[in-house]
Amino acid sequence: MKNCEYQQIDPQALPTPNPTPPPHQGHDSDKREEPRRPRRRWEVFPGKNRFYCDGRLILARQSGVLPLTLGLILVTSGLFFIFDCPFLVKHLTSCIPVIGGVLFVFVVTTLLQTSFTDPGILPRATPDEAADIEKQIDNTGNTSYRPPPRTKEVLINQQVVKLKYCFTCKMFRPPRTSHCSLCDNCVERFDHHCPWVGNCVGKRNYRFFYTFIVSLSFLTAFIFGCVTTHLALRAQGGKGLVFALQESPGSAVELVICFFSVWSILGLSGFHTYLVASNLTTNEDIKGSWSGKSGEDVTNPYSHRNIFINCCSVLCGPMPPSLIDRRGFLPADESAQTSGADVELPALATKSEMHVCTQGTKGLLESATLSPLLSTSCPQGKPQTGPTCPDNSPATDPSPELSGSCGVRHAASSTGDTSSPRHTKTGSRKSKQAALHIPNPTFDVPVSPTSSNTGPSSKDRGHKGASFTPLH
Amino acid sequence: MAETHSLQDMRQQAAVAAKVFIQRDYANGTVCQFQTKFPSELETRIDKQQFEETVRTLNNLYAEAEKLGSQSYIEGCLACLTAYTVFLCMETHYEKVLKKIAKYIQEQNDKIYAPRGLLLTDPIERGLRVVSCALVSVAAKKYSLL
Repeated sequence: MKNCEYQQIDPQALPTPNPTPPPHQGHDSDKREEPRRPRRRWEVFPGKNRFYCDGRLILARQSGVLPLTLGLILVTSGLFFIFDCPFLVKHLTSCIPVIGGVLFVFVVTTLLQTSFTDPGILPRATPDEAADIEKQIDNTGNTSYRPPPRTKEVLINQQVVKLKYCFTCKMFRPPRTSHCSLCDNCVERFDHHCPWVGNCVGKRNYRFFYTFIVSLSFLTAFIFGCVTTHLALRAQGGKGLVFALQESPGSAVELVICFFSVWSILGLSGFHTYLVASNLTTNEDIKGSWSGKSGEDVTNPYSHRNIFINCCSVLCGPMPPSLIDRRGFLPADESAQTSGADVELPALATKSEMHVCTQGTKGLLESATLSPLLSTSCPQGKPQTGPTCPDNSPATDPSPELSGSCGVRHAASSTGDTSSPRHTKTGSRKSKQAALHIPNPTFDVPVSPTSSNTGPSSKDRGHKGASFTPLH
Repeated sequence: MAETHSLQDMRQQAAVAAKVFIQRDYANGTVCQFQTKFPSELETRIDKQQFEETVRTLNNLYAEAEKLGSQSYIEGCLACLTAYTVFLCMETHYEKVLKKIAKYIQEQNDKIYAPRGLLLTDPIERGLRVVSCALVSVAAKKYSLL
């Protein structure tokens, strides 16, 4: 498994071939503060995610039952290769372990890719953008005491689609985007949050997820078939099934696991094949967005009206890039700022930091315009105050996301670590010590009260109606 | 340090007077397109045709990145056959076009927008939500030219 431990960035060991100039160079000239460890953006990411390998891998904070999924796959496949393959190779063909091996590699690779890929998280709006949107909403001429409308209607392929305003991310959600309450992120083309893979399934990792469940159903069916054949061959000649099971106990375990999982996995694969063919998401299907339940003539505006093209666009379309910058460095000045109000201070962009002194107009323009952006990547920036708005919970629509899950929800974990917006908790002592050493207690103080107040309220609401639904 | 102080002053003087955000246009679905409507705040700074040309070119570039053509299908099928491990070593078509877009924006800024006191920000830095156009106050320009 590719899961390497979270590593602190050691200023002495800063790698030189970084695309951005390491901000620690700025420390030498800055006599006011002690030298700081340069932080990467993933360390101040506002969503509830965990990052590994210095920001390369992303996972939901609640990893759900991913270890169980992986464990079951490894155990079953391991038993298959140990107990069944030797017998079947001898009595049937040596293709069996080859096919099994290929399927196993596919399953594990796609599972890890589904779990550790950014599903299509939308970064939260900068304060400038949020203010601009607020201004536009208020300009609708609403002078009454009632809050202004927080939905916007757009026409997509002659179909009216309502865009909702996300109070956490401070923006109007693009079409097909939904806010996952477990990960606290808006995810593009949100399908569902899958506890089995420990991540949301969205635009960027849907193809991995689909390949995973399809190859898993092939693998499960294949192992089930092989185990049955194996036991049947052993039980030949009047020896009986019990004898066969005694000779090969591992096969019994495999039989049980495969028998109980093959139906749900096959069902899930079938369901998602239908979704792919009609270019729907689980979220839309469950909400009945395009099924015409409301009596109007609604059709899916995103469908290409051709099954083949739908499948190709979902599974073989261009791979969109990750919109969140995980591995970029925060500027050195950011670590020193005590509040997001210092927008006008020259918080320099990492790209232009070393060049501001030498460039002319353009450099000054860039530094001036990028400073507001950078101050918002700190958790003490305005986006963190979003959840305090009482309208937050309805707007985030937690129930559709929940009902779209394909497994058990851990309601108890909702009250977990909400006091720290930085989600780098890995349980390693080194990281905790390093966190204490981070010389910006000012970061923690303003943030914890606000987020701890709002976290449980939105999470509790979001976790009602938890249910185990292996099949949709 | 005196030098740093004067630079800071200049930057503070070069504070952004206003920011204009060009939002996404969802008329064609979820493909990345931006509205070509000319914002009123830019009327005094740049002419409409120029601005709309820039946004239209950006839209075309994004359409090219997300195009469902034979190239993307081949790339997708190859990736599927290799259990998507090919994404770890290969730069995708989308990423290549994003680089082209970054270069285009920089070029536009250098040639057209910066001389008029405007600065376009690459939408990828804003999560492909908006094209941000910053208006820099004229007073700052005088300082910066010193």
